[in-house]
Amino acid sequence: MIKRVHFPSSPLPYLLVAPQIAITIVFFIWPAGQAMYQSFLIEDAFGFGREFVWFENFEILFEDPLYADVFIRTIFFSVMVAALSMFLSLILAGFADRVVKGATIYRTLLIWPYAVAPVLAGALWVFMFNPSVGIIAYWLDLIGVDWNHFLNGGQAMALIVFAASWKQIAYNFLFYLAAMQAIPKSMIEAAAIDGAGPAKRFWTIIFPLVSPTTFFLLVINIVYAFFDTFGIIHAVTEGGPAGSTVTLVYKVYSDGFIGLDLGGSAAQSVILMAMVIGLTVIQFRYVERRVDY
Amino acid sequence: MVENRPFFDTLTHIILILGVILIAFPIWITFVAATHDLARMSQAPIPIWPGSHFFDNLKLALEGKVVSGVDMLPVWKMMFNSLIMALMIAIGKIIISILSAYAIVYFDFPFRMGFFWMIFITLMLPVEVRILPTFEVVASLGMLNSYLGLTVPLIASATATFMFRQVFLTIPDEMLESARIDGAGPVRFFFDMLLPLSRTNIAALFVILFIYGWNQYMWPLLITTDSSLSTVVVSIKEMLDSAERTPEWNTIMMTALLAMLPPILVIVSMQKLFVKGLTETDK
Amino acid sequence: MKLSRKALLAATIIAGLTAPAMAATEIQWWHAMGGVNGELVNEMAEKFNASQSDYKVVPVYKGGYADTMTAAIAAFRAKEQPAIVQVFEVGTATMMAAKGAIYPISQLMKDTGEEFDQSAYLPAVVSYYQSPEGDLLSMPFNSSTPVMWYNKDALDKAGANVPTTWDEVEEAAQKLVDSGMDCGYSFGWQSWVMMENYSAWHNMPSGTKENGFAGFDTEFTFNNDAVINRLQKIADDGKKGLFKYGGRTGESRPLFVNGECGLWMNSSAYYGGFVKDIKFNFGQTMLPLDTDVADKPQNSIIGGATLWVLQGHESEEYKGVAKFLKFISTPEIQAKWHQTTGYVPITTAAYELSKEQGYYKENPGTDTAIKQLSLNTPTPNSRGIRYGNMVQVRDVVNEEMEALWAGKKDAKTAMDDAVKRGNALLRKFERSAK
Repeated sequence: MIKRVHFPSSPLPYLLVAPQIAITIVFFIWPAGQAMYQSFLIEDAFGFGREFVWFENFEILFEDPLYADVFIRTIFFSVMVAALSMFLSLILAGFADRVVKGATIYRTLLIWPYAVAPVLAGALWVFMFNPSVGIIAYWLDLIGVDWNHFLNGGQAMALIVFAASWKQIAYNFLFYLAAMQAIPKSMIEAAAIDGAGPAKRFWTIIFPLVSPTTFFLLVINIVYAFFDTFGIIHAVTEGGPAGSTVTLVYKVYSDGFIGLDLGGSAAQSVILMAMVIGLTVIQFRYVERRVDY
Repeated sequence: MVENRPFFDTLTHIILILGVILIAFPIWITFVAATHDLARMSQAPIPIWPGSHFFDNLKLALEGKVVSGVDMLPVWKMMFNSLIMALMIAIGKIIISILSAYAIVYFDFPFRMGFFWMIFITLMLPVEVRILPTFEVVASLGMLNSYLGLTVPLIASATATFMFRQVFLTIPDEMLESARIDGAGPVRFFFDMLLPLSRTNIAALFVILFIYGWNQYMWPLLITTDSSLSTVVVSIKEMLDSAERTPEWNTIMMTALLAMLPPILVIVSMQKLFVKGLTETDK
Repeated sequence: MKLSRKALLAATIIAGLTAPAMAATEIQWWHAMGGVNGELVNEMAEKFNASQSDYKVVPVYKGGYADTMTAAIAAFRAKEQPAIVQVFEVGTATMMAAKGAIYPISQLMKDTGEEFDQSAYLPAVVSYYQSPEGDLLSMPFNSSTPVMWYNKDALDKAGANVPTTWDEVEEAAQKLVDSGMDCGYSFGWQSWVMMENYSAWHNMPSGTKENGFAGFDTEFTFNNDAVINRLQKIADDGKKGLFKYGGRTGESRPLFVNGECGLWMNSSAYYGGFVKDIKFNFGQTMLPLDTDVADKPQNSIIGGATLWVLQGHESEEYKGVAKFLKFISTPEIQAKWHQTTGYVPITTAAYELSKEQGYYKENPGTDTAIKQLSLNTPTPNSRGIRYGNMVQVRDVVNEEMEALWAGKKDAKTAMDDAVKRGNALLRKFERSAK
């Protein structure tokens, strides 16, 4: 889309886009092209022996039932993170919206986790849940829950969902609160005069009115869980136990960076890139007006 | 509110306070761990109330003695590296994206859409996914072990460009018309009109990008071999990798606490602009 | 001839200008040693640097073993590699296959004219890193072997003896749990301890072609009855609360240190940290014997890491590298390294020196690792392993064992699956390595 009114063509716009285009070509398109080429090779780590194998790396992936598991698990993880963090922040924002004095204080206290590095956030959660020294593991033990995320895949998954949601609550909360504060107070008051209680007002007026925000946050949260939780998983479980916390992005890293299977890892990168581009185009078509962060 | 429900108002505060406790608990634990000595931190269960060793631990961290026996950079030097990295990423990305968004929205020129899509496809793909080929590119450009190598590859992303584009599209056309009647050229229009109008958005982006830059892990780990360039987040992960010993939680958590401060300060002090800048494009 | 003042001046200036060029040649050494071990690494480099002025060794900590190896490989591809890199034992096949990247130690010593006697090194240590022709490929640095750590106080309290066989381990575990302990035994690095070493200890192969030493076309065979039966028994112990799984590498260490589990099988190199952290009486003893499988133990195999020299540097630098590698093999350096860390000494001389110093008398049990390694002359089954893609194979074994401990699979299914998946990785490596 371009402005109806605009400046005529001149060398200036080329100068303006040049820095970004240069950086994009050198640090994005070039490496992405390399990754694509790499995905057709089976190569030793040092790059001495290489064999061009066409789509074999992709075939290996698609024939591997474990890769399909990773796909499903990634979707499950993303949905859980989005649901948990959005639900909690919706509730908190709903209450904070009622507070006339002190809403800013609550907001200030609730946005901290957004600033914490994923790797650090992961380390903190491991620290609290460490089966032998962690304080929460200790409390759980007192009430008869045997916490061991090194062994129990379900617990490990729960732990990365907690850690990832914890980081994202702040962001969701800010958006929900802003959206709720933008609702005209007269609407709420009218409903209150009609006798609708706070809970009813929340579900019949506020919740529907913030649904565009909900939709927007859903997209953001899923993208976040898909792509930006690498640091958390790396710090919390390293993908274990028994691979039960390996997500698509984590697998690219562990196969390529740790396992040194460059071709297989590159093939996964290419699949992810295709997915991202596809998603972006869809999003661009249907939710054009929303920016994602 | 028109009604008077004291019980419900109390409940509201109780729930919010519970929420704050839940959210702040991990950070509280970090603080508590930073106030005890090593002996206490290696006993189970770890404490939940502060101890008396805050300043001892602070001193160790500031002197670079976080892990006993390993000479590390003093924490303030690591934080300085993180700061440079975060600022270069935030400022660099804001500058290049506002320029390219301006070109794409306000100029008609051949290949405009081509450029747009080229930038656009870089949206969302994290650096971890293309990390090894990107490393090779950076190495072949001789940019390993430099601030440029640390930051420039992370600037290659479309998110900020995309946001400025949205902002510019919501600015009424009359602005440009009247500016042109006044005889303003593209450069003056940019500085006099667009820049002031996108102030809050720039602030919001700055918050996001500063935090993004400050919190980078994989990339700085891979491309720096010169320990004088290590950033604080990478170093904390190193301190935790203590294969055959107990991690020294007291000093590590002190470092973590210090590492959290700058990004928390940025978001807390800029929270109003942050929300406004992000939600306004979203009208 | 008399020099004029001017000429003298000029000579001085030139000397001054060229001085930086004559400064010590810098040698980068990337390593994965944190904590106390990192301190010793720095100390070794400092001592070497102080002992001469031609070379300066610069140790750089690059994260864990896997991070360090990947960083070095990525750097090699970008022609920015260090001269020396520490690589863990499972990376051996990958490094060895990269003939153009590595500078074998025997060759290095020959080319730089340094005297080098391979027989001075402990056979159990060097055999893991030799080429088929018997040349030493990389310099053993930090070598350990799994031992059984025990909580003496807890065993006494439970009225149990230090176990020597697996039956006794289970018996002692039962007593420990009965006496109120949280669990009887645990272990870490499970592929290394329970598969690779379990096989070697009972003189069984874990793969064909002499555990991969005789060719890349090796196949895994560790899904045999002995391994399956033992693992199944451990999984059953887990259900009874006798065994507790605590993570893939060292994450279960606190279980032992905090007195939750009385027996813990893992690397002898935990010694240094244990001395500092543990309040109770503890000791180390040899790995238990599975009497269903063998009458007597063979020998255990090493783990840890070696120093590889990478190609692509000036010959001047390699001279320094050779001198440095010899320097860190001297008995004094090695004895200190061995005694402080719990890694085994790499030379016979360092072992003898430690004996002379009375170290083993004062610290009973600290020679367990070395005795265990040199219990018998290594056979093709107990010399070591050399499988490609071993880092990934270990992950596969970890995953399958975790599925077993969690009760999702039985031991036979888990090991069959591990072998199947592991073989696929071996075939992939074979193709890339050619």
